Amino acid sequence: MTSEERFQALIDAEEKIEPTDWMPEGYRKTLIRQIAQHAHSEVIGMQPEGNWISRAPTLHRKAILMAKVQDEAGHGLYLYSAAETLGVKRDELQELLHMGKHKYSSIFNYPTLSWADIGTIGWLVDGAAITNQVMLTRCSYGPYSRGMVRICKEESFHQRQGYELLIRLCQGSPEQKAMAQDAIDRWWWPSLMMFGPHDSDSLHTEQSMSWKIKRVSNDDLRQQFVDMTVPQAEYLGLVPPDPDLRWNPERGHYDFGEIDWEEFWRVVKGNGPMNRDRVEHKVRAWEDGAWVREAATAHAEKRAGRKAA
Amino acid sequence: MTYDVPVAPGESAEIEETTGTDLEGWPMWEVFVRARRGISHVHIGSLHAPDAETALENARDVYTRRGEGVSVWVVPSEQISAFEPEAASEYVEANEKVYRLATTYDIPEEVGQM
Repeated sequence: MTSEERFQALIDAEEKIEPTDWMPEGYRKTLIRQIAQHAHSEVIGMQPEGNWISRAPTLHRKAILMAKVQDEAGHGLYLYSAAETLGVKRDELQELLHMGKHKYSSIFNYPTLSWADIGTIGWLVDGAAITNQVMLTRCSYGPYSRGMVRICKEESFHQRQGYELLIRLCQGSPEQKAMAQDAIDRWWWPSLMMFGPHDSDSLHTEQSMSWKIKRVSNDDLRQQFVDMTVPQAEYLGLVPPDPDLRWNPERGHYDFGEIDWEEFWRVVKGNGPMNRDRVEHKVRAWEDGAWVREAATAHAEKRAGRKAA
Repeated sequence: MTYDVPVAPGESAEIEETTGTDLEGWPMWEVFVRARRGISHVHIGSLHAPDAETALENARDVYTRRGEGVSVWVVPSEQISAFEPEAASEYVEANEKVYRLATTYDIPEEVGQM
């Protein structure tokens, strides 16, 4: 059996590929690309929510939001670790993000304008993330799949706290309910865009599916998400901004309208409302934190020196 | 959600994997957590830190935010030596020694549970 045949046999048998296994260069490259972008998304994803920590309406909500943002940082770390098993360095991946050579999920290039956005992000954005990440727990690459299992457990908290926040708003004053409706009006379509282009326009899907990096296609995941979310919106009394959205009893699924693909590509290409701010802020945070890293290194050296003496 | 950010028409599907500068970060540590008393420490992930003490502090923050463990070990990744039995012929031979397995011995039913 050649290395390649053994690799494919493991995948066909639903076994995981581990870092020391032989793997095709394309498999390695695809994983690095995807895991790096996933890690960057978690890290940049701290910004839209971090924006509201100082303005959370109660101490309880502030504590929840801080815990959630801390989780996102943790998710970034699990994912960078998974990427490093493929022979790349975290510091270099981060540098490539700072240089604008790597991307992250476009959803984080939209601004968080009101407190209702925080609930809506938990419900819709994390809900979409869970739909994808549950699939990724079955990914063929061991370290990525294991990272996803940890992440999915924590994402459930993210989604539930967001939905509960919206329940409170929707049971509140007419102004609060209107704020929640305004948030879903702005986040609905970008959330559907999170699943990527149509399968017919998705370059990597076929190869990624045969390597079992990806297990379900973009359009199927998007449909799953819509089917799951519409009844949740109904419970809240909120209306997704899509006149074509309706239950189709023949298909057993919700039909929904077409995504504005022009907007989709505009944001992917770097021209969304917040693309420049997000990367600038990330670079600034890294530079402002330099003294902490230097102090930690100096402290470790000093202590090692004392031990040796 | 697709984390494989779509390639815009006209863009290259390849992304850079290195800055070529070989940035020197902190060393990597492997983290092992004992979930509760009575069971072994299990590998849970890895992280970067300048020394063992900081690695332990970071491990607590990164891997045990929800009471996942009662004890944490950190080990410098470069200190781990590995062996892959699957790739070794002696492992395959060991699997052929079926007489090592309890289930290959027939015990009459009247003897009862053994």
